[in-house]
Formats: sequence, C-alpha cells, structure tokens
Amino acid sequence: MKTIEVKKPSGYATQIGPAHPALKEPVMFSLDIEGERIKKADFVPGMAHRGVEWMGMRRNCIQTMYLAERICGICGITHSISFSRAVEQIAQIQVPNRAHYIRSIVGELERIHSHLLWAGVAAHELGFDSAFYLAWRVRENVMDLLEYLTGNRVHYAMIQIGGVRRDIVPDQFPRIEESMKFFEDAYAKLAAVFLDDTTVQMRCRDCGVLTYDEARELCPVGPTARASGIKKDVRIDHSYAAYGDIEIQYQTPDLLTGEVRGDVYDRIITRLLEVKQSIGIVRQLLAMLPDGPLLAIPKPAVLLAKLKGAAGEAVGRHEAPRGEVMHYVRLEAGKDEPAAWKVKASSYSNYMAWIPMMEGEQIADIPIIAASIDPCISCTDRVALVRPDSRQILTKEDLHRLSVEKTRRIQAALAK
Amino acid sequence: MRFPMVQELLGQLFQKPNTNPFPAAQLPPTVTGLLEKVGRGEAALNPPVPVPAKLRGKMTYVRETCIGCKLCLKVCPAHAIDFIEGTKKIRIFVGQCIQCGQCTEICPKQCLALSDEFLNASHDRYADELVVD
Ligand code: SF4
Ligand code: SF4
Repeated sequence: MKTIEVKKPSGYATQIGPAHPALKEPVMFSLDIEGERIKKADFVPGMAHRGVEWMGMRRNCIQTMYLAERICGICGITHSISFSRAVEQIAQIQVPNRAHYIRSIVGELERIHSHLLWAGVAAHELGFDSAFYLAWRVRENVMDLLEYLTGNRVHYAMIQIGGVRRDIVPDQFPRIEESMKFFEDAYAKLAAVFLDDTTVQMRCRDCGVLTYDEARELCPVGPTARASGIKKDVRIDHSYAAYGDIEIQYQTPDLLTGEVRGDVYDRIITRLLEVKQSIGIVRQLLAMLPDGPLLAIPKPAVLLAKLKGAAGEAVGRHEAPRGEVMHYVRLEAGKDEPAAWKVKASSYSNYMAWIPMMEGEQIADIPIIAASIDPCISCTDRVALVRPDSRQILTKEDLHRLSVEKTRRIQAALAK
Repeated sequence: MRFPMVQELLGQLFQKPNTNPFPAAQLPPTVTGLLEKVGRGEAALNPPVPVPAKLRGKMTYVRETCIGCKLCLKVCPAHAIDFIEGTKKIRIFVGQCIQCGQCTEICPKQCLALSDEFLNASHDRYADELVVD
C-alpha cells in the first residue's frame, strides 16, 4: 500500500492543499519547483468523498432522482437528466416531446448561470474583483429566471423519470425573452471586459496551454476540450432531449479569434461563446415548443410500480456546463432501489489536463490554471479510504494485491 | 493598454445598488436590537424582494383530510416525514424537507402543498414553526 508522498524532488517540493485559500474545494497539488517555475506537477483528488451513490442505492428511483440533483449545487439538472435518462432506457419509458424541450431549456439556462459563475471565479483568481462582481451581478438575472420557471434558484426539481414536473406556458415567454435580451447585452459587456482587457490578456494568453495533441491523449470533455480545438459535445455527437431538432455548433475559440491556442484565454472565450450559444438555443426551443403531455406516467405511484418491475442496465449522458456527465444505473426486478449506481462527473475527465497545463508555468499561475477547467471537485470524488491513523489511496496494483492476499487467506482457511 | 472595466465602474458610480437592502439599508449595531425596535414600532424593516408566483416554500398540511396512507413517506427523498402510529397522521420536519414537492404529487387526498413562505431559518430545528403537523 502506498501513502501519499511527494516524488523525489529535483529542486524544491511544495504542496498546495488539500485545503488552501486559493482552492475553492479540497484537492491537493504536489509540485516540484525550481525558483518560480513548476517543473513537475501532480495532484491527489479524493478529499471530499460523500458517499452519494451508497445513499442512492438505499432509496427508490424517485427519491434517488432528487439525491442525484444534489450531487452538484451548480449543475444539478445535469445529474437528474443523466440519471433519469438511464432509468428511462431500462424501463423503456418514452419521454413526451414537450418534456424533452423543457429539459433542454432548463439545461441551457443552467449553462448560462454556470459559465457566468465560472467567469466570476476566474476573474477573482486573477485578482480582478470588479469583473467578478460584474459577472455575478449579471448572473442574478438568470437565477431569478430559473426561480420564476422552476420555483427555486438552485435544485430546480423539474425532472421526473419520464418527463418534467412543471410546464413552461406562453404567459412566461415574455419574461424569458426579456432575460435573453438582457444576456445579449451582458455578453457584449462581458466579452469586452474579459477579452479586451490588457491585464487579462497578459495573465491568460499562452498560460496553462493544453495543446490539441495533449488534449487528444488525455480526453478532456466540455469547454476544456473545445478550447483546445477538439470538436466534441454530447449535445451534437449523441444528441438527446431536444438537441436533435435545432441548429447547434461546436464552440471552439477560433470562431472568435480565428486560431486555437488552447490556453486559459481560449477557455474564457469558449465559455463566453457558449453563453451566447445558449441564448440562441433557448430562443429556438421556445419558438418550436411542441404541444403535448409533460409526463409519460403522470402518477408517481404507478411509476414506482413500473420501476419496481424493470430490470437491466443503462448509461445516461448529458453535456453539463463542464462537459460530459455519465450515470450508470442497474435495476433489478422486484427491487425499488437501484442495484448499482455510478456517477462520472465531468471534472473527472478534465483533471488529468491539469498536469500539462501546469508544468512550465509559475506558482502564481496555479489558481487560474486550476480554475480554468472549472473543476467541480466534490462532485467528482467517488472513492476515498480513510483509516484512523493515516490516509491512504489504493492503486490498482494495491487492490489486485489485496485481492490475491484475500484469496490466499480463504484458501488457507479452507485447507485447515 | 486597454481597461474596459474602468468605464463600466465609472458608470456604476451613478447607479443605484443592485442588491436589495434587506432587512435594513445600513447594517444595524445589533440585529436583535433592530428587531426589538421594529417590535416597538420605532423602526421599519425593508421588505425582502417579492417571490415568484410558484415558489417552492414551506410545506402546508391539512390534517383532517389525511387518510394515513403513508404514500408521501414512500417518495420523500429527505426522509422528512414521520408517521405517527397512534393518530395515523403525519408530521413534517421543515428543517429536513428539501421542498421538492414530490409528496404533494403522490398524496391521494391533496392534503399536502407548498406555500410561498421562505424565511424558515431558526436556531432550533425542532422549533414549533419548523414542525408541520
Ligand atoms: S417536499 Fe419533498 S422533502 Fe419535503 S416533505 Fe415533501 S417529499 Fe419530503
Ligand atoms: S400521502 Fe397524503 S393522505 Fe397519505 S399519509 Fe401522506 S399526507 Fe396523508
């Protein structure tokens, strides 16, 4: 078994985290530095494991739905859509069209709010606090809109297995359009403040570069991948909900600047472009919103009975603001609870990109590089092993060795 | 050198604050002192921003029509509902309730609903106003 240790240092070894004022969530970086330069970077996740899946496997699917939403405080609907898509596939529930559209609308509004939140955090990491306040003030508008549509600012409780729980009625369209107009103006303002500012350019241009080839090897997802020029987006590649019906394009930074450099600046561009894209998507969806029911099975008691009889396994995917989210669910007949539930949050795929981004940069760049992939650390941590005396992380070899040892032990006990 | 934020900041000097000054425009020396003053009618509270029509707030429960079917307990994700064997009625702990409204959809007698009351903070999670029964 291996305890966490810093590899043999070449110059000077330092650690940042697990809890550090520059990090919003617990993760540990161990760095090998020479002067101000980072020679080698490594990180240790697993500091904020919450056991959500364990709890979900002790609740029925309707209850787990709300638990899934609470995996993340920023992209809650992401997890509820992914979970419900997995369960719907297993139970072969056909989601009505109108529900698909409403799911996409709320998903896009959530993307606007998440990217603006990120813009604020990134500005704060640069020490640009006036832009942080600007971004968060603008974001209030979409929070109010979400509250108006769903009844709450976060954790919208909109999704039900087989559809959505609340309608969006024509009376509400003017309020939505008002917000979309507001965000068009806000986009222009934010693009000027973030992209034309000399200080932001000096801090972010050619800083924390993830090249196209590195990105291909490490398979990041979402804006982190697209900022390096990789064209991937679950909404387009494996179209779901209402995304198949609309015009939608990969947002890469060259759409704005004509080139892809894969640096922090490009990641800012990508997210700002996606805010603009989401405005367009919401408008398209509202214009095309079909009539029809909201739920495949309106009565929750009937739904529970149907899910109790369902058996099988499936994966539900969704393009979260940070990239692809996956939920694996297995149901067994006669059981209310999922027999297995596994969540892959988007940041899990993006973590590895930190290493090439950080190596060669200065220590002072760590906060902005760490923030540039928009990490959601508590959503991602899935396995942690805590012993009273020490904190150990099991590697695959350790697990294999433990398994062999256990087999031997059982054999020895049998032989006696 | 370009600093577009400067123009924005200068403009903000002439704008009203964006936040609602709740409960008072200036931070009072003590909040309890302010509340006492309000109680005596010497000061007024700045009201919170109005809530949207379909806000999901504190639960309401019509005890008389409840038939004790326990369906709400079955779907409550937060285990916020207790069933009282003696009376065959339920009790909802607002401090634990996540205000999802799932119980309101499954209740066959429509005796559960979400109100628009949202100021539910308290020092005591079992305070009278946080237990609905
Ligand atoms: S609103 Fe949700 S959390 Fe609250 S009592 Fe009803 S089901 Fe439980
Ligand atoms: S579902 Fe309604 S009727 Fe049944 S126990 Fe709950 S409150 Fe009472």
